[in-house]
Amino acid sequence: MDKDDLIIAGRPFQSRLLVGTGKYCDFKETRSAIDKSGSQIVTVAIRRTNIGQNKNEQSLIDFLPPKDFTYLPNTAGCYSADDAIRTLYLARELLDGHNLVKLEVLGDPKTLYPNVVETLKAAAVLIKDGFDVMVYTSDDPIIAKKLEDIGCCAIMPLASLIGSGMGILNPWNLEIIIDTLSVPVIVDAGVGTASDAAIAMELGCDGVLMNTAIAAARDPIMMAGAMKKAIEAGREAFLAGRMSKKLYSASPSSPLSGLIK
Amino acid sequence: MYSNMKITINGNIREFRHESMTADELVVELKLIGKRFAIERNGEIMPKSLFKQFIVNDGDHLEIVGAVGGG
Repeated sequence: MDKDDLIIAGRPFQSRLLVGTGKYCDFKETRSAIDKSGSQIVTVAIRRTNIGQNKNEQSLIDFLPPKDFTYLPNTAGCYSADDAIRTLYLARELLDGHNLVKLEVLGDPKTLYPNVVETLKAAAVLIKDGFDVMVYTSDDPIIAKKLEDIGCCAIMPLASLIGSGMGILNPWNLEIIIDTLSVPVIVDAGVGTASDAAIAMELGCDGVLMNTAIAAARDPIMMAGAMKKAIEAGREAFLAGRMSKKLYSASPSSPLSGLIK
Repeated sequence: MYSNMKITINGNIREFRHESMTADELVVELKLIGKRFAIERNGEIMPKSLFKQFIVNDGDHLEIVGAVGGG
């Protein structure tokens, strides 16, 4: 298939799989899994750095050079618009002015469900200040549309709770969001295995962002490869246009004529 | 006679044998040269390009962050 790029804020990507970099056993495994996934966009968290740390201590950035990947700094762990905004100002300074970010404002530590009120507030401020905001949100079609209307460059509804591996719990809402929005819709959170990713793509999502489904697999590197294939298979099935479902009426695949008597 | 300055860095108080110093000098003291980090002072970003001019004062609160694995 040629030229089916995913365009986010004017930037073209060939891979529709976006991956997180958390929960791996070491940076070498992180890098191997990401290479196997074919992902070009990787999310990173912003955290206090160790002061006076051992000079030889390895950092994530050594294994994932920012020249080879598009970094997507996130605001994971932020529970207010102000914290999320502060975090992304630091991220922009850290990454030399890079302005493509993932905004997530959480509402509850048990479910990690997004706080869409604070998310909307933060998105408005960040967009005004020149950020390209990819936003994690609930699968509420009205909120998704509002986030698009205020200028978010990609809307990223959950499939199910972060890290739950429960898969797509409400394909109907995702379909409404996909039908209503013009910016890319990327399922973020909840994917558990390859078929979940394929279903998201078959629904017409523009991409899928996942972390735990790969990192917590028994063999993360093999699962990264499975996810790459699932995303590609789901995308091609969506573009190819599936057959219509026929309830209660079978249709033989072989000719009815020429049967031996 | 110099008095020591106290700065809160990432939630911990650190003492330095200066009355004040530039952000550049602080980076040397903290052995952060060659690392990728960003600094916020009292809630405001300190741009790397201005490290030579930025003065860190007694009582300042700094957050120094880097990128780590995350989803």
